[in-house]
Amino acid sequence: MDVVFGFVGYDFAVLVADRAATQQIIVQKLDEDKIVELDSTKIMALSGPKGDCVAFGEYLRANVRLYRLKYGHELDVSATAHYARNELAEALRSGPYQVNCLLAGFDKLKNEPELHFMDYLATCHRVNTGGHGYGGMFCLSLFDKHWVPNMSRAQAMDLVDLCVGEVCERLVTAPTDYLVKIVDKNGCETIVYDATDRLKKRRDLMADVAARMASMN
Amino acid sequence: MARRYDSRTTTFSPEGRLFQVEYALESVNHAGTCIGLHTENGILLASEKKIMSKLLEQSSTPEKLWKIDQHIVAAIAGLNADAMILINFARVIAGRYRARYGTLIPVENLVQELSDHKQGYTQFGGLRPYGVAFLFAGCDGRNGFQLYHSEPSGNYSAWKAAAIGASHQAARSMLKTDFTEGLSIDEAKSVACKVLQKTMDCVNLTSDKVEMFYLTRNKDTGEVFTQTLSL
Repeated sequence: MDVVFGFVGYDFAVLVADRAATQQIIVQKLDEDKIVELDSTKIMALSGPKGDCVAFGEYLRANVRLYRLKYGHELDVSATAHYARNELAEALRSGPYQVNCLLAGFDKLKNEPELHFMDYLATCHRVNTGGHGYGGMFCLSLFDKHWVPNMSRAQAMDLVDLCVGEVCERLVTAPTDYLVKIVDKNGCETIVYDATDRLKKRRDLMADVAARMASMN
Repeated sequence: MARRYDSRTTTFSPEGRLFQVEYALESVNHAGTCIGLHTENGILLASEKKIMSKLLEQSSTPEKLWKIDQHIVAAIAGLNADAMILINFARVIAGRYRARYGTLIPVENLVQELSDHKQGYTQFGGLRPYGVAFLFAGCDGRNGFQLYHSEPSGNYSAWKAAAIGASHQAARSMLKTDFTEGLSIDEAKSVACKVLQKTMDCVNLTSDKVEMFYLTRNKDTGEVFTQTLSL
């Protein structure tokens, strides 16, 4: 029941994942990091059984680093996506990694952010917005309505608020703690996102704005 | 003296040399000359085509210049049969990279992998080194147009203008004086012809004695392609 989603902005890409590690109905821990940093400009959110996620994430990270050591330059984001898809496709036919992934990165050659959607059946698409699991599904319709090209960071955080707000309101087992990772040409920034606190602040702000509007009328 | 140290590729001589590798380099120095040079928007490769006999059928396939992938071409000097094995190996490397990463292989990756393969034959016993040197011309998004020279020893290096094969030293010193950066394709062709004529030591340079490849980029689409040029 992981909540994982992401989208691209003007010169960055955002990935959001909850922090709960669960096994069936048991919550095992609440400070899990589901977004692997493959290198300074590539991050990957993984959803699925924890063992598979860790194994696949570490395997990819190790191979991305090996490539850099061997050839002296970094692997492109799209090449990484293609490689990861190939690994999933091979694994699918021999004891699959049951992981659904979102790969976000900043391509320094093309000078643009990229997001790649992948599922455990080795589907791979380059997208502007994407999500996995029930939480991701709630986000998709919000993306349709609110995602626009070339969003600023402030707009991006607003969209994250909207998505998390919707998940918390509608999903029966909604987690409250999230990690937001933003990747751009300078690297990856991690924001610890406390949904209860953040959404309360947002509600207060909205109420404040509404009150001011009313007093102006 | 030398006989004691050159029967195996893996044995150093007392002076610290590997004779078999040096003999392999020697076989390269007997082959027809190949030169490569950067131009303002591409790389020109030119090579001497040795005409063995009038009776030999003139085939349409190239002898010295080979396409490895969409964006890489190679010029060879040395044993032709050895070269064919390595050309095939290089194509497999390029193809494997495409299948794995979905993009064209960066030129240096290919040269590095091929050179690693060649190096193996200077170290492991019972086999002889490949008697071939290469000039690789290629283009990728990271480093643009690149020209590499790869030797039988497994060394490789990048050049602005380079020459391999018979009388490569003369060719190199001519290139040193005649080559400037940012040559147009016509200027580059005339430099190449001048150098080839000197090294081939023939009176008339005719088109059936020279092969030329030009690796360039489409101005509008940015797509890299090769074309065969005539004199």
